[in-house]
Amino acid sequence: MADIETHEYDVLVIGAGGAGLRAAVESSALGARTGLICKSLLGKAHTVMAEGGIAAAMGNVYSEDNWQVHFRDTMRGGKMLNNWRMAQIHAQEAPDRVKELEEWGALFDRTADGRILQRDFGGHRYARLAHVGDRTGLEMIRTLQQHAVHRGIDVYQECTINRLLKDGDRVSGALGYWRETGRMVLFRAKAVVIATGGLGKVFSITSNSWEGTGDGHSLAMQAGADMIDMEFVQFHPTGMVWPPSVRGILVTEGVRGDGGTLKNTSGERFMFNYIPPMFAAETADTEAEADRWYDDKVNARRTPDLLPRDEVARAINAEVKAGRGTPHGGVFLDIASRRSAEYIKRRLPSMYHQFMQLAGVDITKEPMEVGPTAHYAMGGVRVDAETAASTVPGLYAAGEVAGGMHGSNRLGGNSLSDLVVFGRRAGENAAKYALGLSALPAVDAGEVSERSAAILKPFEGGRENPYTLHRELQDCMHVNVGIIRTESEMKQALAKIDDLRERLANVQVEGNIQYNPGWHLALDMEHMLHVAEAITRAAIERQESRGGHTRDDFPGTSGDFGKVNVVVRLRPSGMGVTQEPLPVMPDELKKLFEE
Amino acid sequence: MATATEVQRRYGKTQRVDRWWVEPAFLGGGLLLFVIYSTVSALILGNSWHYEAGPYLSPFFEPLIKPGWVPEWISPAVFILWAPLGFRTTCYYYRKAYYRSYLLSPPACAVTEPAKSYSGESKFPLILQNAHRFFLYVALLFIPVLWYGAAKSFWLSGEGFGVGVGSLILVANAFLLMMFTLSCNSLRHMVGGGLNCFSCTAVTRGRRRVWEIQTLWNEHHRGWAWASLISVGMADLYVHLVANGVITDLNTWTNF
Amino acid sequence: MPQAHLKVWRGGNDGEYVEYDVEYEEGMVVLDVVHRLQATQAGDLAVRWNCKAGKCGSCSAEINGKPKLQCMCQMGTFEAGETITIAPLKAFPLIRDLVTDVSWNFRVAETMPELKLSPPDADGHRRMHQIDIDREQEFRKCIECFICQDVCHVIRDHPENQSVFAGPRFFTQLANVAMHPLDQNPSSATVAHGFGLDYCNITKCCTEVCPEGIHITDNAIIPLKERRVDEYYDPVKALIRKISGKK
Repeated sequence: MADIETHEYDVLVIGAGGAGLRAAVESSALGARTGLICKSLLGKAHTVMAEGGIAAAMGNVYSEDNWQVHFRDTMRGGKMLNNWRMAQIHAQEAPDRVKELEEWGALFDRTADGRILQRDFGGHRYARLAHVGDRTGLEMIRTLQQHAVHRGIDVYQECTINRLLKDGDRVSGALGYWRETGRMVLFRAKAVVIATGGLGKVFSITSNSWEGTGDGHSLAMQAGADMIDMEFVQFHPTGMVWPPSVRGILVTEGVRGDGGTLKNTSGERFMFNYIPPMFAAETADTEAEADRWYDDKVNARRTPDLLPRDEVARAINAEVKAGRGTPHGGVFLDIASRRSAEYIKRRLPSMYHQFMQLAGVDITKEPMEVGPTAHYAMGGVRVDAETAASTVPGLYAAGEVAGGMHGSNRLGGNSLSDLVVFGRRAGENAAKYALGLSALPAVDAGEVSERSAAILKPFEGGRENPYTLHRELQDCMHVNVGIIRTESEMKQALAKIDDLRERLANVQVEGNIQYNPGWHLALDMEHMLHVAEAITRAAIERQESRGGHTRDDFPGTSGDFGKVNVVVRLRPSGMGVTQEPLPVMPDELKKLFEE
Repeated sequence: MATATEVQRRYGKTQRVDRWWVEPAFLGGGLLLFVIYSTVSALILGNSWHYEAGPYLSPFFEPLIKPGWVPEWISPAVFILWAPLGFRTTCYYYRKAYYRSYLLSPPACAVTEPAKSYSGESKFPLILQNAHRFFLYVALLFIPVLWYGAAKSFWLSGEGFGVGVGSLILVANAFLLMMFTLSCNSLRHMVGGGLNCFSCTAVTRGRRRVWEIQTLWNEHHRGWAWASLISVGMADLYVHLVANGVITDLNTWTNF
Repeated sequence: MPQAHLKVWRGGNDGEYVEYDVEYEEGMVVLDVVHRLQATQAGDLAVRWNCKAGKCGSCSAEINGKPKLQCMCQMGTFEAGETITIAPLKAFPLIRDLVTDVSWNFRVAETMPELKLSPPDADGHRRMHQIDIDREQEFRKCIECFICQDVCHVIRDHPENQSVFAGPRFFTQLANVAMHPLDQNPSSATVAHGFGLDYCNITKCCTEVCPEGIHITDNAIIPLKERRVDEYYDPVKALIRKISGKK
């Protein structure tokens, strides 16, 4: 172990997206020595892709808005499966986190009287999303990045963590490698915050970048942490399906908020046929009322184009299955015929710019071809609502990698606010925990050298190409555990995952250890297989359809399953799945749902 | 086998496959032509080549300053030309053009430059580029002078008001030179760009409106720069040709 | 399927260009083709990328000599059969293949001034008007692809200037602070400091290559230069200061 580069911290934060940066800032502000690790360069995290905005009940546009309404919207969007306390904390604290971002330099769009402007978004009762054009995520990451850099936090860029280390029950550090040199690096830490984001790369059509390989989910699982809600994967309803250069790239919900509407190939606005009873009271049932709503939110009900994401994704899926989709398997999203080119360019500048530049598609002139794309994992590490602590002492999780906040389905705009609300709490509580420990927990030298050897194994010779294995996993998951699921197909997926795991043991990478993407993919594959198995096992267990989990063999929601989380645990004997009761909401909050 | 670093360091070496040298060569050639022409016309030939024809005065000589103590071999243009020369030399657009074409600093984007060391505009002499603000003040004074010259060209002494091709040329020239001056980056800063709060008072809101309009002009500063450069050269040439009897001006006067 | 003829830098400083033929589909961008090359012929080809959507600024490279994002360079812009040369950014030390060490930029970022805003109003809100932040929002579109830093001859051709010159990306950041309606930094921390702005000779390559279309030269660098003229070089302002006795 003496020959391995070693760093020591009170708090180690893995992942430098919105949640990781916010956690590191908080931990450092409390006086904990804090290290921040990112797989890519600083500021490239997937957070930059968030377009619509950050949901916070500030009431700047509609003074009727408050945290109770935001809380209720979040719970209903999550089909009441959310951890109620997380949803409450989130709704209560989000406005302060937004103002804090402004303090640190974020420049949100303004209302006429100079306050932060808020926009409409799917599932939110009032215009609630603070935003910057359609690049809110970039604004947030840059603001946090610059703030963190000036706090003097140590940042380890292009460094991948491969294993968490433990001292008995407690977390004691992490082992990883520098992507540039391929050398091992050991972090000893009193507390670890996981903020690694998502797992979209398990699926073949995804909005996620190469980084979204579920590392944090897998690291936590392997460290013994409980995982919840892994079956819930959000397929964003409007990813581009054509042309290939933009396949999977999201078309922000803002397009629909600003007047865009979904149409099938015969030009019908089909969303009116898919309004579920739960939302019927607040959703327009005629085109005329829906069109009025853009200008009159008080007297008209909202357009069904802005139903929660799971509803829209299922509707598109059904249209395509019924033969009313485009040849590339999508439907049309039309704003070109409904709004002027100037309006579109002003309201959605980076949407316009992006599709023009990337694919030569002019969204002011032609409709977009869109369909569901794997976007967000609602499930993840089970955490304590107040402290973001996992079930493993010293291990914290925040952001997409944590489960519970969003229940079975996340509302747009609730992700950015989740990152800063729980990123801050994770950083704060990890720092307090770490500062309460007198000495660094121990690291097992034998485990480190054993693991280091395993990391280098793909160079030793075999015959499987890591890219091929990855492609096969993605195709299998997309077909069998994608947006519509049945038990028999999911069992096939489990068999395929076992097969791929065996073949991964025989993987071969070419070249040497310096900046070798093939090798990195081979190592990430182990994580992806764990994550794919967890998703599949949880999805088999939940015999109902709800939010981001739709079963062809169990099409309705079930009252019994509405009372439980599916919990996944990885143990030396294998992966186990149990059903455990949801935390019970206090009566005063239950009243909010009675109207 | 060349390393990436070597590939980059050798002057002129670039992997660009487009004809990147065309633009700097063309612009450099155009500027050179103008410099040669204006030097010969206004400074070398000076008083020996007539620059006044009826109501027309070449813009290189406007306003005509010809005190008796100045010897005949010194052109009156020397009292005028330092101002536009200074204004154009320190102009942000022209700087870009001649740094690229003449100093090859750089010849084009991603094409290695020849100089071994570089200090930009941080040291003498290029630090003098900061005098652009001073030359802008002078250039603003020249706008009424040029319009006066253009107005004068409609009034032939002895005959009174009339219109000639020359007067139209001088009007067009005064307009283009005015627009070149009014589209200046320094002026953009002065009218409103230097403010941090546009919304604060009625005055700053008004200055923002001016700044917005000026910004539209400034976006075409390069266009105004070339149009006015060509127009001032052509106006000078036209007046000279008429004055020296090479061509005849078409006009409404009977006894030009 | 059409075939692309690629010439890609392989290896470190002692590497070489290697030629590949790769099949591609209509509507692909260069990064798609590089990925296909990676998956089929060159598994260890090092290339940085994240979003493949022109939003993260990771996949910067020099394509046929021009600094660009690989994800924003459509295959349709090349002639059939044209050799497409893909090289790493040349202003930064090469690591391997298409990946360079851009850490200098992150070191510069540490030296830049931080916004110091005036306190919020009594009701806890900060009021700023859209017309006062339009300019700063343009600068904040920056995705830190560092293509402007790569193309800027001040550092590309003269790496020794890296110690005194922050580069176009950071001039937009400086302009963001200098023009912010609520910022309280003294000029000595922003405009008067300058961060090497005087080295820029406004030849505008940064603006030409910016994938976000930020008018770096006209809206950030020249206005900053003009603010420096206010401080140091304006004859009329100097005279007024002298007469009024104000500093």
